[in-house]
Amino acid sequence: MIAASVICWRAAASIAWAVLLLPPSTAIFVILSKFSVLHPIQTISECFSMLTSATAIFSFILLCGVIIMVGFLNFEYYTVIPTIACSKIALFGQLLHPRQLVNSLVHCIMGMIVAWCSAVTIGFRYETLGHPCAQTDGYHQMCLNEYHLILLLGGAFVGFSHSLLGVIHNMNYVSFHTVQQYKYLRFKGCLPLVVKCSATQALYSVRNFIVVYYFLGYIPRTWICKTLNLHLGSSAHPLDSIAGLLDLSLLYHLWISATFLLFTWYITLLLFRIFLTEGYSFPVQSSFTEDADHCLPKVLTEKQPMILKFLALQDLALLSQHSPLRRCEVFSLSQPGGHPHNWNAISKECLSLLADLTQRLVAYHDTVATNGRAKSLSSGSERKTSSETSGTLISQKWLSMSANSPFTPDLDSPFMSPALRRLAAPVEQGSPWYGTVQSPHIMRRVPKLWSTSTDSQVNGSSPPSPASVPSDKQEPSKPSFLAQFLQNRREQVLKPCLKLPEASSQALFADSQAHIWALEGLSYLVQASFSEDQFGVVQTTLPSILSCMLVLQEAVDRHFKLPHASSKPVRSTSSMGDSTYKTLRFALRATLKTAIYRITTTFGDHLNAVQLSAEHRKRLQQFLEYKE
Amino acid sequence: MCSLALFPPPLPYGQTTVCESNNELLSGSSTEDQLKQDFSPPSLSFPRESLKLHSRTENSSKAAFLDHSETLWMRSAAAWRDGGLTGLLNEITNSHPEVPKWLSMSSGCILALLQWVSSFHGSLFPHLTLSSEDMIAEFSQVLNWSDCVVRAFAWHPHTDKFAVALLDDSIKIYNPKSATTPTLKHRLQRNVAVVQWKPLCASALAVGCQNCLLVWHVDPCSLSTRPSAGCAHVLSHPGHAPVTSIAWSPSGSLLVSASPMDTAMMVWDVAAESCVPLQRVGGGGVTFLSWSPDGSHVLASTPSALFRVWETRMWTCERWPCIKGRCQSGCWSPDGSRLLFTVQDEAVIYSLTFTNTPAAVPSGTSKGPHAAVVVADLSETTFSTPDGDIIVGGEIQSLAWDPRGERLAVLLKGDPRAADRSPIIAVFKTRVSPIFELLPCGFVQGEPGAEPRLMQFHPNFRHGALLTVCWSSGRITHVPFYFLSASIPRLGLSGSPTLPHVQERPADFANQSLFTEFIS
Repeated sequence: MIAASVICWRAAASIAWAVLLLPPSTAIFVILSKFSVLHPIQTISECFSMLTSATAIFSFILLCGVIIMVGFLNFEYYTVIPTIACSKIALFGQLLHPRQLVNSLVHCIMGMIVAWCSAVTIGFRYETLGHPCAQTDGYHQMCLNEYHLILLLGGAFVGFSHSLLGVIHNMNYVSFHTVQQYKYLRFKGCLPLVVKCSATQALYSVRNFIVVYYFLGYIPRTWICKTLNLHLGSSAHPLDSIAGLLDLSLLYHLWISATFLLFTWYITLLLFRIFLTEGYSFPVQSSFTEDADHCLPKVLTEKQPMILKFLALQDLALLSQHSPLRRCEVFSLSQPGGHPHNWNAISKECLSLLADLTQRLVAYHDTVATNGRAKSLSSGSERKTSSETSGTLISQKWLSMSANSPFTPDLDSPFMSPALRRLAAPVEQGSPWYGTVQSPHIMRRVPKLWSTSTDSQVNGSSPPSPASVPSDKQEPSKPSFLAQFLQNRREQVLKPCLKLPEASSQALFADSQAHIWALEGLSYLVQASFSEDQFGVVQTTLPSILSCMLVLQEAVDRHFKLPHASSKPVRSTSSMGDSTYKTLRFALRATLKTAIYRITTTFGDHLNAVQLSAEHRKRLQQFLEYKE
Repeated sequence: MCSLALFPPPLPYGQTTVCESNNELLSGSSTEDQLKQDFSPPSLSFPRESLKLHSRTENSSKAAFLDHSETLWMRSAAAWRDGGLTGLLNEITNSHPEVPKWLSMSSGCILALLQWVSSFHGSLFPHLTLSSEDMIAEFSQVLNWSDCVVRAFAWHPHTDKFAVALLDDSIKIYNPKSATTPTLKHRLQRNVAVVQWKPLCASALAVGCQNCLLVWHVDPCSLSTRPSAGCAHVLSHPGHAPVTSIAWSPSGSLLVSASPMDTAMMVWDVAAESCVPLQRVGGGGVTFLSWSPDGSHVLASTPSALFRVWETRMWTCERWPCIKGRCQSGCWSPDGSRLLFTVQDEAVIYSLTFTNTPAAVPSGTSKGPHAAVVVADLSETTFSTPDGDIIVGGEIQSLAWDPRGERLAVLLKGDPRAADRSPIIAVFKTRVSPIFELLPCGFVQGEPGAEPRLMQFHPNFRHGALLTVCWSSGRITHVPFYFLSASIPRLGLSGSPTLPHVQERPADFANQSLFTEFIS
């Protein structure tokens, strides 16, 4: 398939560019690592002789190999839908996933290779692992060069921590930008950020490495000595002492080689992201049947690979906004037969995407609602009073729950691997709210408690909320002994390993970039149809588009009433990990509203002629009056 | 080319402009002469005395407390926190007896070096030496911003509500359909330079102020008169302050913001709170932004004699060096094909035309023109009136073009030193298609002694154009221009497609058919 090969070509081009950028970054690294303030000219001549030597060329070839490997791993592990761990256990499970372990190991080895290259490049005392040393009796033997070893281990550590942080910060997530820019300009704009990120990240990694080496450094050292039959040099301090580690030049070289390592890898990652997310223009329709597979309506409906679907949706959003000629093709009729195949396929796919999200939101909301006590109450007590009291109950429940984060991981979401689901399942079982609901004492007590309060309301016709608030306040203070014991123990056990608050909300909207484009594409096409649609093909689907959007709007509104759903995440700027997914739900909410307004503003009062249910018409009227 | 000499003379003293009807500006002696109309937005007045102003200007409360001797370390830490590196160096230099002599000497030297470097930088771009308040006053579209009671004004793009930013850093929202007027206040909302409503949204209002950018969500159904600070999202980026200009994309998806201190223009995705800096060499900052109504271009002027026109599909830009000064103001025709702009120290209006290539071309570049054309000359002209000679003309503060492209309002700066040359608004009749035309219409004048400070056209006035003017007296008045639209109402991105409920006369139908003939 041609469109899929486009992705491969893009990945290959990004790797090629990363390799091409290696010589300048290596040259800068050499200059920075060898620079001495006292002899600037000598430094430059040394650098030149260094860069042309045979070992330099060999290590350069090794570096190229590493970059190609990193690029390949990027291509292998990238995703357009981030995997969001809803609890710390799930995150731990991600880290211990075999696929991830392989990734960490490979990064570890590559880090060591890069560190070897930089050790050779820096030269000086770091060059070789062993060096001849004279013992007191004049008998020559090989001693271990600990400086070389510490650099190699440092490289391995930085590589390993890079791979771990990649999981924690979702570094393999490729996000699409809202602002289209040319590749060169985007690269230029991101370059300062990459330099800053690699320098700071190298600083943290080196700090951690030094701590680890201080405590555990003797293990690899003795192991190396034993296997390679080397002796410990007795001349200098061992490096896992405070005096040995307080060597400024050593720290500088550790830091600069870690920065070089991270910089080349980040550049590869950045180029990969930029190349992959560049807009691709699919043909809307083709006059040849064999090309029909690469046309927009066909690509949109396909599930795999996900990136192609995303590119197609992005293309749809762009064409609907910017190109009247391609919009015209969307609105056109098929030549024999006169069917609007293009529009039907596109609108059907977009609507099914949106309906899918609506369904997911409703299902999630129901899960959260049944998890608490509200449901059991409404089934247990009288129908007529339950509706008015459940409102206060739910709000109180949320108040009390927001203290200890009520969310359960979203296990039904399609983007969780089976392994994660297995790992996350015990958390679900053991969450405090799972416990409260399942615990028989509380289950038995709750309906009784609430039914008495509702009874008093019905009989004495007292105002509902003041009566129910104090009784609810008392309830957690005097639970039965066993229940309290169980709950306390659960919280003690699970508190440290639990719950990233809003994560389940993030997970719910993880692939919302697709929905955002679908909304934009649909709304711009509908807007353009007001003046451009000659055959009226859009009119037939307008009611379903409107009702689909309004239903989604309702579901999104309901979702944002949940606690943590509307809390803004903390933005981290100095990280290569892309945190766009954390705010996708806000972007979706804004886009949805704008999309509905776009349609209502364009059509105005004409919308009264569209077939809609009374409830939707009321909702639409709010939009027509700008009251949403 | 149109010049001021063709204009009818200004009104005699004491007369105010009421409206335009039957092709002439009508005047009255008082504001009660307003014509009966079915839509009359409230005419507001904010007397300076009614505002509770801040008694102190500095943002530190240090002066209110007694001097307290602290150790050098504490003071240095405080100086580092408050004033950064320069503050720390200043502190060390000034505390002679406690620090070693070499330290105070060396920090003094570093401080001097830093000041020299910054003064060198400042000599390249003189505006960098201004304080942030002066900078807003310098680059704002409001005439004499620092002394102005109404500091910013914005009509909602779809409804009849508007937002007014006042001297006391509060923003009030007036809606003729509702009794509540929400007042927006926020800790970070200081020295508001510009406000703008988000298109295709009922509630979002972006505010550019001294330290950051705020986006308020004012629920139109809420009855609260003081929305909490939780309704505001703070958007800030290091080095991007003060914000002097903002512009929403007409499709409502993006927001661009500009600061004279920052060479990069920020493109914000407001819901995601993420931004993309668009940086180009040269200019030393960005002062004024204007997004074309069709969404295809953005004008970005810089403090030096250079402005850029960005194309919004791939975000590439064209550089337009000016000969004399910086670009002071600019406005787009409704179809986005023509840009009118003015240059500081020049009394002319320039025009640039942009032809959009069919967007099917993937590069998305638009072939621009090669030079700007002078379309109007507003140099000083003397009118003899019964009250004596009045001199009108000179430098231009801001431009406003009505959403149909039929009236162009020009705010002339006047001369604050000469009594007979007060600021005035000159209005042109314009036509965009088939050929661009600029004809004189008249001057808009307020009550005696009131100077125009700020003006904006209503985005969807049904019977013509409605110019809202904020006066130096704190008054906000609305001047309607009643006319029949010559062109067919455009169903654009931002305009509402509702047709005006005005009976079109046969002459206008003839007029329209003539246009179609001309085009074909």
